Amino acid sequence: MKKLFYSVVFGSTLLFGAPVFAGCEISARVSIVGNEFPAIQTVGAGAQECTGANVETNLTSEHQKINVPGMQGNPAEYTSAIIANSSIVALMNEDVIRPLDDLVAKYGKGLQKSQLIKIGDNIMAVAFMANAQHLMYRADVLKEIGVEPPKTYEDMLAAAKMIRDKGIMENPIGGAYASGWNLAQEFNNMFLGYGGSHFKSGSAQPNINSDAGVNALNMMKSLSEYMNPDFLTHDSNATNAEYRAGNIALLNMWGSRAASQTTAEGVIDAVKNNHSIAGPMTVGGGSTPASTLWWDGWTVAKNISDAEAEATFIAMMNAIHPDKMKDEKIRTQAVWLIDGYQPTDAAIGVFEAAKMSTTPYPMLPYMGLLHTALGNELADFMQGKESASQALSDVEAAYTAAAKEKGFLN
Amino acid sequence: MGVNRPPTLYSRLFMRHSTFFWFVLPTATAMILFIALPIISVLLQSVHAPHQAVLVEVETCTPLVGCTVETTMDQEATKALRDSQPLGRFVGLDIFFDRGHLAVNEIKKIINNSNTWNEIFTQLSNLPFYRAMAFTLTFTFVVTPFVIIFGFFIAIGVNAISSYFKGLVIFFSLLPFVVTQLIGALVLFWMIDSRGILGSAVQWITSDPNLSLKASTGVMWLSLIIYGIWHAAPFAFVIFYAGLQTLPQDQIEAAKIDGASRYQQIRYIVIPHLFPLITFVALIQLMDNFRVFEPIVGFNASAHAQSLSWFIFNDLGGETRQLSSAAASSVLTIIGVSILLFPVLLRTWRDYREQT
Repeated sequence: MKKLFYSVVFGSTLLFGAPVFAGCEISARVSIVGNEFPAIQTVGAGAQECTGANVETNLTSEHQKINVPGMQGNPAEYTSAIIANSSIVALMNEDVIRPLDDLVAKYGKGLQKSQLIKIGDNIMAVAFMANAQHLMYRADVLKEIGVEPPKTYEDMLAAAKMIRDKGIMENPIGGAYASGWNLAQEFNNMFLGYGGSHFKSGSAQPNINSDAGVNALNMMKSLSEYMNPDFLTHDSNATNAEYRAGNIALLNMWGSRAASQTTAEGVIDAVKNNHSIAGPMTVGGGSTPASTLWWDGWTVAKNISDAEAEATFIAMMNAIHPDKMKDEKIRTQAVWLIDGYQPTDAAIGVFEAAKMSTTPYPMLPYMGLLHTALGNELADFMQGKESASQALSDVEAAYTAAAKEKGFLN
Repeated sequence: MGVNRPPTLYSRLFMRHSTFFWFVLPTATAMILFIALPIISVLLQSVHAPHQAVLVEVETCTPLVGCTVETTMDQEATKALRDSQPLGRFVGLDIFFDRGHLAVNEIKKIINNSNTWNEIFTQLSNLPFYRAMAFTLTFTFVVTPFVIIFGFFIAIGVNAISSYFKGLVIFFSLLPFVVTQLIGALVLFWMIDSRGILGSAVQWITSDPNLSLKASTGVMWLSLIIYGIWHAAPFAFVIFYAGLQTLPQDQIEAAKIDGASRYQQIRYIVIPHLFPLITFVALIQLMDNFRVFEPIVGFNASAHAQSLSWFIFNDLGGETRQLSSAAASSVLTIIGVSILLFPVLLRTWRDYREQT
C-alpha cells in the first residue's frame, strides 16, 4: 500500500509540471521585469518557485519601455530586469544595475564562465540563453521545386521566384518588416551581411550611408517583392501567423520562436509535418551571415537593499538551475547556455549562427538611437518613395540630431 | 471727501471678491498642480539635454563570442556630471530647431537649393515634423467638420423617431464612441488587412490579389480619417441631441404656422439654437484630432502617417529614451493646439463682449 502511494506521488510529479527544487529560500522581495516569450516565462516561473518572500513578475513585450523607469527610483520597483545585449545598454547608460561579482562568488556555483557578461572589470549580467535569426522553411515546398534550402539571400530569391512561377504560393517569402524596430533589425542583419559596420571606428559617428547600406536596402526591397503586400505592418507574430497558415515557405526568423512554430494553435498539417530550420543565410558573396547573435540574461538592480539583491540573485539562480534542463519542454524553448543543456532540433539554427561567427548585435551606448532612426526612416524607401542613399542619409541625419541631444556627438 | 473715493485695486480684487476667491481656490490649486506645473516642467525639460556622455573603451565578454573591446559609458564620470547639474546641460532652443523638430537649418538649405515650389514641398515632406504636420492638419480639418455634420444629422434623425425605439437607437449610435479608440482601430486594422474581410473583398472586387489597402499612403490616410469620423461622430451626436431637448417649441410652432419648411426650420431655428454647442464640439474636436495618436498605433500606420503625439510615444519608447526631444514635441503640441483654437476662442470672446 505504502509502495503504491509513493509510486503514485512520484509518478505524478514526473507527469505534471516542472520539478520543484528544494533549497530555494529567500528572505526579501523579488520583482522581475522582462520580455514575454516562452523561455522567459519559464525563467519567471522558476524564480517564483522560491519560498519565504514574495516573487513578482511583469513579463511583457513592452518591458524595455518600463524597465529603466522602474529601476530608477530608490528603492527600485524591479529588483531584476531580464534583458538582451541590446537592452542592457539602456540600463548601463542610466546606471541602474549593480555589479554582480560578489554575488557570483557567493551564490554563483554552477554558472559557466561563458554565462557571465563582463563589462570592464565587472560582471553586469548573467546570460541564460542565446538567440539569432535564421532560416526557417517548408521542406515539402522546396522539394517540389527541387532546390536545397538556400544558403544565401540570392538563393532565397531564386527559390521564391520558382515557387511563384510554379503557382504554389503567390508571396512565398516572409519577414518581420514592420516599420519600426523590426524593419531596422532586418536592415542591421543585411548590412552586417554585406560587411558594413554601423559606426566609424571608435566614435559615435554613423557609417551606414555606404555601399553596404545601399546594397542591404536593395536586397530588402527585392525580397519584399515576394512578401505579403502588407509587409510593412508585419512583426514577428504576424509573420509567424502567415507561416503557420501555410501562406509562406521561406523566412528569416528568431531561433527563440523555432519550437513554437508547430505547436501554436491553428497550425495547418502541411506546416506541422514540413517545418524545418537551418542556419542564417549570407548575402552578396560574403562569409559573415546576414544576422546578429544575441544573448538574453538577467541583471540585479542597483537601487535596492543588499538583502533584496541577494534574494533576487538566489531566485534567479533557481530559475536557471541546471536541473531544469531535464525537462523536455523547457529544453526545446531556447538555446540555453546553462550547464547540462542538450541541444534539441529547434536549436540547430542558432548553433549554426554561432558556428558561422555571426556578428553579435552591437552593444554600444548609442546603438539604440541608430536603431530607432533606422526604424523611422527606412519605410519611405521600402515604399519606393525615395532612393536608398536618400533614405540612409535621412537615417544618419535623424540619428545625428538624437545623438547630439543625448550628448554622444557634439 | 472719502465717501465717494473709488474702490482701491485691493478692495476690488479681494474684498468684493473674497467669496469668489475662496470658491475657486480648490480648483485653482488643482489646476496649478496638475496643469501649470507639468507644463513648466515640460518647458524646462525641453531646453535642457543630457550631459555629454563620457565614453570609455573596456573589455567586454559575452557568450559564444568571447571578449572584445567595446565602448561604454564611464559611470563615475557621468554620475559626477549629473550630480553637479541634475537638470542636464542648458541647450536653449537647440532641440526645437533640430532635424527631429522644426529643422531650421534643413529648411534654409532646402529653400536655398530648390527652384520650384514642388521641389520644396517634396523635400519638406522628408523632414519628420513637416510630414507629421501634413497628416495631422489634413486629419484635423477633414475629421472635425465631418464629425459635426454627421453628429448633427444623426441627432436630428434620432430626435424625430418614435420614443419607443429611441433608447435602443441611441445606445447603438453611441457604440463607436464607447469602444476604446485603440481597440476600435485594431478591429478595423484587421478588417482591412489583405487577409481580412474588407481587404479580401476589395481584392475580389478589383480581381487583383496583390492589392493592399495598408501599403498605400493615400488609402491609409483615408482609413484613418474614416476611422476618426466613425469614432467621434457619436460624441457630437450626443451633445447635439442634448441641445435639441431644449429647442424652443413655440418658435418651431410659430415657424410652422408661417409655413416654414423643415429645411427652413433647421436653418433658421435649430442651427442658431445649437450654435454654442457646435462651437464647443469644434473646440474639443480640433484639440483631440490635432493630438491624433491611437489610430496610428492601432493601424500600425507609422510608415504612412505620423503625428506629434506619435513622436512623443516613439521618443519615449525606444531602447534609449529621448526625454528632451519628447518634451520639445509636447511644447510644440501645446503651441499647435493654441494656434488652432485661437480663432474659435476669439469668436467666443467677441460674442461674449457683444452680449454684455
